[in-house]
Amino acid sequence: MKKEDVPQDDEKIYENKFGPGLIKYAIDDKGEYTTVQSMGWEPEAIALKQALEEVDFKVTFALKEVREGRKSPIFYYMEKKLLDVGILAGYMNMWKWQVKRHFKPNVFNKLSDEILSKYARVFNIEVDDLTNFKQQ
Amino acid sequence: MDINHIQSAHCESGVIVNMLAYNGLKLSEPMVFGIGSGIFFIYLPFIEVNGVPVSNFRIWPGGIFSRSMKLIGAKVKTQKFRSVQKSMDVLDELLSKKIPVGVMCSVYYLPYLPDAYRFHFNAHNIVIWAKEGDEYIVGDPTLSEMKRIHKDDLAKARWAKGFPEPAGKLYYVEKMPEDTPELKDAIRRGIKRTLFLIKSAPLPFIGVKGICYLAKKIEKYPEKYSERKALLALGNLIRMQEEIGTGGGGFRFMYAAFLKEASHLLNNEELAKLSQELTGIGDRWRDFAYRVAKIIKNRGSAQDNYQSIARYLEEIGQSEIAFFKKLGKVKL
Repeated sequence: MKKEDVPQDDEKIYENKFGPGLIKYAIDDKGEYTTVQSMGWEPEAIALKQALEEVDFKVTFALKEVREGRKSPIFYYMEKKLLDVGILAGYMNMWKWQVKRHFKPNVFNKLSDEILSKYARVFNIEVDDLTNFKQQ
Repeated sequence: MDINHIQSAHCESGVIVNMLAYNGLKLSEPMVFGIGSGIFFIYLPFIEVNGVPVSNFRIWPGGIFSRSMKLIGAKVKTQKFRSVQKSMDVLDELLSKKIPVGVMCSVYYLPYLPDAYRFHFNAHNIVIWAKEGDEYIVGDPTLSEMKRIHKDDLAKARWAKGFPEPAGKLYYVEKMPEDTPELKDAIRRGIKRTLFLIKSAPLPFIGVKGICYLAKKIEKYPEKYSERKALLALGNLIRMQEEIGTGGGGFRFMYAAFLKEASHLLNNEELAKLSQELTGIGDRWRDFAYRVAKIIKNRGSAQDNYQSIARYLEEIGQSEIAFFKKLGKVKL
């Protein structure tokens, strides 16, 4: 890649948080390598947006599952906070199967306040958001 | 502390560049990446993210640090912890001695990054330069400017769960070599180790031949996965190749820059030629990303699409195999 070919696609998805840009390596006029700050590249942004759409897709699915009584709010917040069963089990200091059990509404309804507040802490929400799950 | 933040493409090599510069040794990022044997390829059929396998273009986390520091002759210390408090206390103690500290952390808890980047990705590296009140002064090597982060956020970032688990991991330079390091020797050893790692793994998906292996897998994506999953797998590949601070083309440009610099230091014209060849391969990786993004954008699920990009990837794989063969023949 030549220096002048380094893409400068200013994508909104970066929220201007990268200032003048991230570093790419490219060739200068003398054939030597140099660094160039790049504002962004459309193909990169497309892949990133796709990953975010996947999150939305999973969150929408989870919301439906909870509303229709097949899954507990823990399942919803796991998706909402971009976690998976393994990471969530890590934060809860539990086995994966234990967390998966808590996805069942009837098991969830019997969870102790202690466990519920631990989940709330991990999700960075109030216990009430779990026990009174309505309009999320 | 005399802080001079140096922006880099990648976090791990960038942390090393910053630490060494602070200790009076100015090395470029490609030089650190090259002697740290950073370039690699691995397709991981067993580790799934979002239900699809992932690939990576670099050596395992921490590998560049330990290798480059060893070859430079710097004595380093790496620590993991059992308690959050202890991990923060040790950090503060080091900072009070004016030692810049590298920490491994999750990007999810770094508020200065764009929201879109804040996934639960735990293998990020930053330099902590100082503490002021409840905040730390952070040099994130990938960014142009220094940032501040609240101590609670930093503690969360250092204690993220998942894989790999940082467990408060920190690292720093204990002692620099007494003499200026012999770079020529470090370059030779760095290249030799890269050749060993990238060419001789006994499994078909590890090393440079893994690119061709992945190409064959991609050809079968339409049969194996739903359209959504197949496109996700491709998107994931592009993110590993371009987005995570590779300097473009899945670290291939960075390694080409290393070879160019090495060609000057070793006065070796062959390395300069190979640098040019690798630049060409990097350009093709970029073109590959461009083609894949187009498929994702158009949600094109036609079988032809997968076959044509698989063929293109197979060609890239073959040219990389040929490239490393030539690199192995260079007299160093």
